[in-house]
Amino acid sequence: MMSVLEKRSAVLLGAGLGMFVLAFASNAIVPLVMYRDLPEQTALEVVNQNTLYQLEDLRLRYREPFEQHVGQATNETCAELLKTGRQVYVAEGCWHCHSQMVRPVSNEPLRWGPVPNSPEYQNELQRPVMFGTRRVGPDLSREGGRRSNDWHAVHFWQPNTVSPHTRMPRYPWLFDGSPDKPNRRGLGLILYVQWLGSWLESYPAYEDYVPLKQQLANPAE
Amino acid sequence: MSDAPTAQPAAFEGPLVETRLVAWYFYASLAYLWLALAAGLLIGLQLVDGNPLPAAEWLSPGRWRMVHTNTVVYGFLANGIFGAVHWAIPRLLLRPFLSRTLSYFVFYAWQVIALGTVVGILHGHAQGVELGESPTWIDPLVLVVWLLLAVNAAAPILRTGGAMYVSLWYFLAAYVWMFLTTAMGNFLPEYFVAGTNGGAIQGLFLHDLVGLFITPFGWGLMYYFVPILLKKPIWSHSLSLIGFWGLAFFYPLNGIHHFLYSPIPMFLQHGAIVATIAVEMVVTTVIVNFFATVWGTGATWYRVLPLRWFYVGMVLYFLTCVQCAIQVTLTFQQLIHFTDWVVGHAHLVMFGVFSFWLFGIMTYLFPILLGVPWRSTALCEWHFWLSFVGIAVMVIDLTAAGVIQGFLWGALKPWDTAVEASHPFWMVRLIAGVVIIAGQLCFLGNLFFTWRDGRAGAARVDSHDA
Repeated sequence: MMSVLEKRSAVLLGAGLGMFVLAFASNAIVPLVMYRDLPEQTALEVVNQNTLYQLEDLRLRYREPFEQHVGQATNETCAELLKTGRQVYVAEGCWHCHSQMVRPVSNEPLRWGPVPNSPEYQNELQRPVMFGTRRVGPDLSREGGRRSNDWHAVHFWQPNTVSPHTRMPRYPWLFDGSPDKPNRRGLGLILYVQWLGSWLESYPAYEDYVPLKQQLANPAE
Repeated sequence: MSDAPTAQPAAFEGPLVETRLVAWYFYASLAYLWLALAAGLLIGLQLVDGNPLPAAEWLSPGRWRMVHTNTVVYGFLANGIFGAVHWAIPRLLLRPFLSRTLSYFVFYAWQVIALGTVVGILHGHAQGVELGESPTWIDPLVLVVWLLLAVNAAAPILRTGGAMYVSLWYFLAAYVWMFLTTAMGNFLPEYFVAGTNGGAIQGLFLHDLVGLFITPFGWGLMYYFVPILLKKPIWSHSLSLIGFWGLAFFYPLNGIHHFLYSPIPMFLQHGAIVATIAVEMVVTTVIVNFFATVWGTGATWYRVLPLRWFYVGMVLYFLTCVQCAIQVTLTFQQLIHFTDWVVGHAHLVMFGVFSFWLFGIMTYLFPILLGVPWRSTALCEWHFWLSFVGIAVMVIDLTAAGVIQGFLWGALKPWDTAVEASHPFWMVRLIAGVVIIAGQLCFLGNLFFTWRDGRAGAARVDSHDA
């Protein structure tokens, strides 16, 4: 028995190939089979009214930059801008400090919003999926619509002006010199963040709890 | 046991070990270590709101965060491991690698990969897969180089007859695993599999990088260097077998534990949890084997500095794995997921274990490679103690920070409260990081003077010849 397990073929094919394939089949192929009726949606297919509203808002607020970097506000330009925004989100490593995954524990649904399901993530803008790995800043999967586009522009330009204790770095390269002139990357990132959670009934998903201090101040509520 | 060794010393030209290449790999490894330390320092400063650099694209802490992790794995640890393996495999086989030219080609190609990853990330070409951030244009090259690495090392292993030593089981399997892991993780989530399913594959990839690349090479090197330095064989061959096959079976099944409480089917999450706890039991057999080996040799493990690096690393490895088995439970996950606890865990295993083992190997091999003893044994001691104290403080600090963050989040405190509460912990972490950097500075300085001694010695020999 021992000698079989020490053979070159056993190590090469059994341990090297066999064990890897076993794990891949059980942990990657099984969900693939389970989700076979859930095709991946394109960016265009996940454009919705809420996101189009935000796009229109961006167009009205930043008329010149929008015309220059995006052009018309259509479903197609919206999808393309979402893709740009997602690229920036990945390239800047946003997902290393912000998760996109509400867990059904630790009061997270109260803080962030509804617990997600698989169909939500089954689209082009979640390939690779942005579950995240650490929360230095808050979860963003239900961030869309909570704050205005202006807030986001100022926040990307100089985060601590709107969030005093933040550790987030500045991102001036998302603008053409000032916070009222977001470039294509800036417009894309703002739209992408506003898109997060836009497919939910409860958009925008405001934080559904009252801090303890306020509870004590207004016990009647 | 299998049949007795029948291997004849192979006929080959040139040296058995390409010592110059081993040294090159170690130099490259240390160069990337310093890049990783610089990146870590920058992020540490950013977290305490003390980043002195201007807000420029190439200096963005978000990008340097990815440079930090990728450089540790592909620059520092990978180069160090490849160097050590270029020493160990030929000496185990009494046969060199398949091709000397190929060995050098792979060295250059790997530097292109490691440097390309850094430049690509800083340029904004990162990919959204953890530890797979290397830009998409590098990924195919990584796959090819893994194949070449595997062929170059596996060919002599497969050609040599007789029983195969434990280290070679680990190396041989790891070459196969790394090729498959790279093929899976760098391509499927990026191009083919979105969403939850892609998340499962990312979890496998991330975990396999540690579990099927760094861990098996690390243990293979321990099985090689520890008996040599102790001048006695490994205690139990059967335990070695259990350790190897246990790792091969359970480790690849762990990946999904990175995304517990995600929409990934719950039975798969449960499976990953059980497999993770099983790994802890397998690890215990390996640890028992190594401690039974050192048993009865008195204070040798402490007196011989490389052995001290190895054995302290093993104790920290055991702690890491105990931590794994506890923190992987759903009860613990509620509290610590997404917190600094996990960051502490990652530093414990990457620095406290695998970096320690590499430092031990380098401490042992550099005098042989350079032909002179270390210039200063005191600096070698400082390297050890500053590294040890630094990582111990950092891990305890981050673990405590994680618990506090978890409770504050769960108590629905405003987000800022948790950030403010983390501040003192981040300050301590920054100081611990500086201590670690000071330790590496001792090592670098010592290495430089030792290298100069070696050059001076070589020059004297040359002038005598002339």
